[in-house]
Amino acid sequence: MNLTRMAAAVLVVLATGSPARAEPPVSDFRLENGLEVVVIEDHRAPVVTHMVWYRVGAADEPWGRSGIAHFVEHLMFKSTDGLADGEFSLIIAANGGTDNAFTSYDYTAYHQRIAADRLDLVMRMEADRMVNLRLTEEAVETERAVILEERNQRTDNSPQSLFAEQMRAALYQNHPYGLPVIGWRHEMERLSLADAQAFYERYYAPDNAILVVSGDVTPDEVQALAETHYGPLPPSGRPPEARPQEPPPRAPRRLEMRDARVSQPVISRDYLVPSYDSANPRESAALDLLGDLIGRGITARLARALEVEQEIAIDTGAYYTVGWRDPGEFTIWGVPAAGRSLAEVEAAIDAVIAEFIAEGPGSAELDRAKRLARAALIYAQDDQASLARRYGAALASGRSVADVRAWPEVIDAVTAEEVRAVAETYLVPERSVTGWLMGSGEED
Amino acid sequence: MAARRRRATRLALLALLALMLFGTAPARAVEIAEVTSPAGQVFWMVEEPAIPIVALEISFAGGARLDPEGRAGLARMVMGLLDEGAGEHDAVAFATRRDELAARFSFDAGRDAVRVSAQMLVETLGPSVDLLATALAAPRFDPAAVERVRGQLLSQIAEDRNDPGAVAGRAWSARAFPGHPYGTPVEGTLESVAAITGADLASQHRRLLTRANARIAVVGAIGPDEAGRLVDTLLAGLDAGAPLEPPPAGEAPPPGIEVIPLDVPQSAAVFGHAGIARADPDFIPAYLMNYVLGGAGLTSRLMQEVRNKRGLAYGAHAFLVTYQGASLYLGNVRTENARIAESLEVIRAEWARMAAEGATAEELETAKRYLTGAFPLNIDSNAKIANYLVFMQEEDLGIDYMDRRKELIEAVTLEDVRRVAARLLDAQALSIVVVGQPEGL
Repeated sequence: MNLTRMAAAVLVVLATGSPARAEPPVSDFRLENGLEVVVIEDHRAPVVTHMVWYRVGAADEPWGRSGIAHFVEHLMFKSTDGLADGEFSLIIAANGGTDNAFTSYDYTAYHQRIAADRLDLVMRMEADRMVNLRLTEEAVETERAVILEERNQRTDNSPQSLFAEQMRAALYQNHPYGLPVIGWRHEMERLSLADAQAFYERYYAPDNAILVVSGDVTPDEVQALAETHYGPLPPSGRPPEARPQEPPPRAPRRLEMRDARVSQPVISRDYLVPSYDSANPRESAALDLLGDLIGRGITARLARALEVEQEIAIDTGAYYTVGWRDPGEFTIWGVPAAGRSLAEVEAAIDAVIAEFIAEGPGSAELDRAKRLARAALIYAQDDQASLARRYGAALASGRSVADVRAWPEVIDAVTAEEVRAVAETYLVPERSVTGWLMGSGEED
Repeated sequence: MAARRRRATRLALLALLALMLFGTAPARAVEIAEVTSPAGQVFWMVEEPAIPIVALEISFAGGARLDPEGRAGLARMVMGLLDEGAGEHDAVAFATRRDELAARFSFDAGRDAVRVSAQMLVETLGPSVDLLATALAAPRFDPAAVERVRGQLLSQIAEDRNDPGAVAGRAWSARAFPGHPYGTPVEGTLESVAAITGADLASQHRRLLTRANARIAVVGAIGPDEAGRLVDTLLAGLDAGAPLEPPPAGEAPPPGIEVIPLDVPQSAAVFGHAGIARADPDFIPAYLMNYVLGGAGLTSRLMQEVRNKRGLAYGAHAFLVTYQGASLYLGNVRTENARIAESLEVIRAEWARMAAEGATAEELETAKRYLTGAFPLNIDSNAKIANYLVFMQEEDLGIDYMDRRKELIEAVTLEDVRRVAARLLDAQALSIVVVGQPEGL
């Protein structure tokens, strides 16, 4: 047991009792072609989770081609040199496994869960489609219709999703985080085989990928299989480009969206805030705790003030996402109680923020938030797939295994003053977009 | 692309090999014990010492089907209020205490049962169980908490009126079960939830949570003696109760298409007809047939025909539903208004083709490999095992079901699938609700 591990183990012991491990055994190494590999051991059941994460997502798309990263993700299930259209998933299923994929701003990930003795098969197929995808016009045509239906289902049929799209477009004035991951419809309709081919060839390579395997395996087994299947693939030698960054925010922005389908108005506020920075991880940890303290559950500041004491809202919340590669967002929302206005709820939210900035958190509430964060790590060990996701997402957005392991200590070290200070620095009007979503007939 | 490795021959060979590699993983050895607590409560448990946590799952038979006339949504509201103040704690104090203990509780209501799930740390197990026992036995239903939760429930019901998928699901149930408890939504209506009183909540709470109707599972770093004491603590404050009468049997849903206009670009459809009871000897063949026709994932016939070949939808699925008083075979699909009619036509054709021909040998083999091989993936955490143990009790599958399940699936023949497909599937009998602005329907 190394020192980091031991320190972490001490931290999770909440009161007294048996020492629990904060993290399962995690190993990481890199193949010569640049593929990064993380192995998380969990020997309770003879199954594995196999994931390949590409360090490319919707924020890396060529201008005017929004949705291409997600489109390529869909097309990866089409034919390769050796596999027919749809055969990848069929073979996984015929071997008793499940598979899927997802796309975000910073990464695109492909994953399978299967019996541990099928890891060889899965790696062979995943390595194949890393370089041997064979796109056809027919596949592109049909799958474009599928992603348009996906956009219909997720976004166009939901005023809440359309509103979130508008909020993000207003928050980011220069960074591609302002584009929807699924893409703008008018651009999706024009995505071509050439667009998909170019994106695939540019970004799908071992030196732009992270392999995460969790489950009933040893690091040696994974290394040997990875050398066999991923080892021979040529690196691209080209890491993803730096993206356009945000200028200093200077003016608060407001938007109102009306949609006849909305019956429950909602106010949402996004602030532009830093993401995890390995040079200053405590700031990110303080923002994370700030989200919990003001917006997580009924004990949090917003719920206590707006839902319990003033009874002007029926739902409130706030959260911060640690893991974006570039500066991201801190989000707050409130849902007015019947007969209460959005203006009233917004004013109450502002009062809660002002009070928090003036006083900072109490020691009992801060301790409770830290305790929950530590317990979440113990509970997370019960879920092999989510452990794999945690490490994959972190590495794909620029953090290291050491960063992930040190996180509990960083959280634990944050002081009340640090949490208060990040609120004062970042929850300021000029960093924000405030949006009201309303039905078509409402006054406010 | 020239610089890229081409491995076509090897991969073609691999594909062939892969389809022949038909062994499946040994399932996790789950040793289920039936234990009787000191107070006489029977429950199932699995000792799993690897992680210092305990998962608990309780299902109380009854659920939303016991909602009184005009009070649809009552079971859901009772469950939503259990942790909103109990015993000496008001809502905020209860949540504060739960967070101090780092315990996780959740409560939900379904058509035939209400569920309690908890995940607790071993080191705070005693006080966590005491706190949960308070929520089960002595919820306060404080007027302020009742109004806050009512507001949340009403807001969700109101929003759902503009969600085509939610509207279609509700309308399908109403169409299939007129005058039956299953015809009303579990979450209730704006009128019924508004009408619920504090007295309704208090009396239905005593009726829903009784010892006689509890099915319990405990999984984690805990032995049988301690688990027995835990179960007794949790149930001590509940009424003994008595086993429930089964609900009345439902009628077959009326065939045909009902269109509900909603101004959205994509129509949502729910379709289905009578299904097959879990106790029916043909249930397992039907389960395999459904995997081939409409099962989860990307490989089913519906997904191939609707999504992969025609790009008509992001997803198209079908599933067997077994309520206490009704068995259904249901499915859903969402397609842009101009093409939803085509989606339904394709689905009807696949319905008819399966009814006439059954599955191919290859499809049946894949279904068997998937449904036996993927099973260990579904029980790979304490919480999932606890959930499955309670499901086994609800469905009366027997404590050895996990051992028998694989044999039951392996024993299904092509003839079994053909027989059950012909018996179950009837494209003409499909009862369909479409919500949106569908063209050509």
